[in-house]
Amino acid sequence: MTLARTASAERRPLALRWAPYLLISPTVVLIAVFLVYPIGSVLYYSLQHYNLTRPWANGFAGLDNFREMLFEDPLFWSSLGFTAQWVLVEIVLQLVLGLALALIVNESFIGRGLARSLVFSPWAVSGVLTTSIWILLYNPTTGIVRYLGAPEAAVLGNPDTVFGALVITELWRGVPFFAILLLAGLAGIPGELYEAAAVDGAGRVRRFLHVTLPHLRDAIVLATLLRSVWEFNNVDLIYTLTGGGPAQATTTLPLYVAQRAIDSKDFGYGSALTTAGFLILLFCSLLYLRLSRFGADHKG
Amino acid sequence: MATEVIVRDRPRTAAGTPPGARKDPRKDRGRVLRLYVPLGLYLVFTLVPFYWMIVFALRPTGSTAPVPWPITFEHFDTVWNDIGYAVFFKNSVIVGVLSLFFTTGIALMGGYALARFRFRGRTVFLVVLLCTQFIPGAMMLIPLFTIFKGLGLINSLWSLVIAGTVFNLPLSIILMSGFVSSVPFQVEEAAMVDGCTRGRAFLAVVLPQLRPGLVAVGSFAFIDTWNTFLFALMFISRQDNFTIPVGLSYTIGEYSADFGALAAGGVIAAVPVVLVFAVIQRYLVHGLSAGAVKG
Repeated sequence: MTLARTASAERRPLALRWAPYLLISPTVVLIAVFLVYPIGSVLYYSLQHYNLTRPWANGFAGLDNFREMLFEDPLFWSSLGFTAQWVLVEIVLQLVLGLALALIVNESFIGRGLARSLVFSPWAVSGVLTTSIWILLYNPTTGIVRYLGAPEAAVLGNPDTVFGALVITELWRGVPFFAILLLAGLAGIPGELYEAAAVDGAGRVRRFLHVTLPHLRDAIVLATLLRSVWEFNNVDLIYTLTGGGPAQATTTLPLYVAQRAIDSKDFGYGSALTTAGFLILLFCSLLYLRLSRFGADHKG
Repeated sequence: MATEVIVRDRPRTAAGTPPGARKDPRKDRGRVLRLYVPLGLYLVFTLVPFYWMIVFALRPTGSTAPVPWPITFEHFDTVWNDIGYAVFFKNSVIVGVLSLFFTTGIALMGGYALARFRFRGRTVFLVVLLCTQFIPGAMMLIPLFTIFKGLGLINSLWSLVIAGTVFNLPLSIILMSGFVSSVPFQVEEAAMVDGCTRGRAFLAVVLPQLRPGLVAVGSFAFIDTWNTFLFALMFISRQDNFTIPVGLSYTIGEYSADFGALAAGGVIAAVPVVLVFAVIQRYLVHGLSAGAVKG
């Protein structure tokens, strides 16, 4: 990859010197206009009264939106709490199950290719489609939950069962994704290490703890971080499966933003919520990378 | 099956049983408990929901049989013709295919630049691409709406094409640069020595070798855009521009008693992504490892 072209930069024809910039220009323009600028505009709108349904009341708001959010909106705090609970439970379960699944389909056995395709297939399924499928399973009169001895009452309407139902549904789609990310890391572990460990008399458990886990460390850190952002962002499924209910018990912060944006068209307040979401996510990501010492040399 | 071939020629790096140890019957029992039982359980968890949907889509209304028999296509007729899935499907195909082409084309340019040139700003560009992976799309709902409103693209499928392309580009470029790097530069140079311009050398020598990369990147973009829901719900309010996920969400709401229609709609939504998934699943592990984990 390191080519000799830097050395000959002086003699390089002008056209070639501009070529890389020409090639990345569409990307730069698209990212600037549709990702960077919007983030800036969120900050601006968060300081405005901006409601599509009440254009007469629009104008500079100062910190009004933030004051309302922090002191007068219990839903902000409850949605924040539920977001943390949702992301934490999903990521821990997906990590454990995804790692187990990756270890299983990493072994060699007859029909492994087919088994991989089948267990990974929910990866390609959208949140809305997942909802359609699981509504059929959870429905009290037609669903498969009848056979599992579930109570007659609707699983999704009951505050005691709705969280578990939501978590299982997302695991169905999320575990394959996690397993795929970890499987890539597993494939990079040299086989000789296992042989050496086996020669030294290490059993299966010790080989897992002392060979597999340390080598997967960075893959696990990155996968958990990416999936955390993704689960934080996961509005499709919750919006369609529970709508944030019953009684807003399953409303995450991004879902709350979406509701304010789609249903009440309150863009100013929605932007303030978005800003808060960005800051919290940024803080958590940096903290996590710091605590996990990502990319650091862990040989010592 | 193609997957079998791929699996066989991949080097065995598994923590698997060393060869020869498999004769021991006790080991065999351990293998069943450790491997086949959990795998079987997980397969049940994965496949039963799909099966349940297919049963509902194919059996007559009112039937409670656990198998789709007698088979009926009345539910497909209802959703396709009466609810309007024919239109939703067409819109989703338009959005998915256009995003696929834009993403692949632009990612090819960017990926080539990253792989073949050392230029000032390259590292910054790469870091920005990686950082975008941490931007939650749901948080972009409001600002993107105002931008598309300004551009007059609300209620236009173009808003979804643009959003789909923008959100898929960063990872696609990183993936594509990996694929370009794997084609030796000497091949390209040799063609240029033979009198090709750089552009011709690229088209004649490099592009044919990038086919797996183009397929992988294009498929990821197609699946992702096909599945886009929140943007479609926010940006499109005219029913003749609905896409499949939006149509499906209304079916969930309005036809919640008609499970046959809901299931048939689900099958229609699933078929294209399952087909594309079947094509690309052998790139999944390699592709995502190149892009997402190693960065």
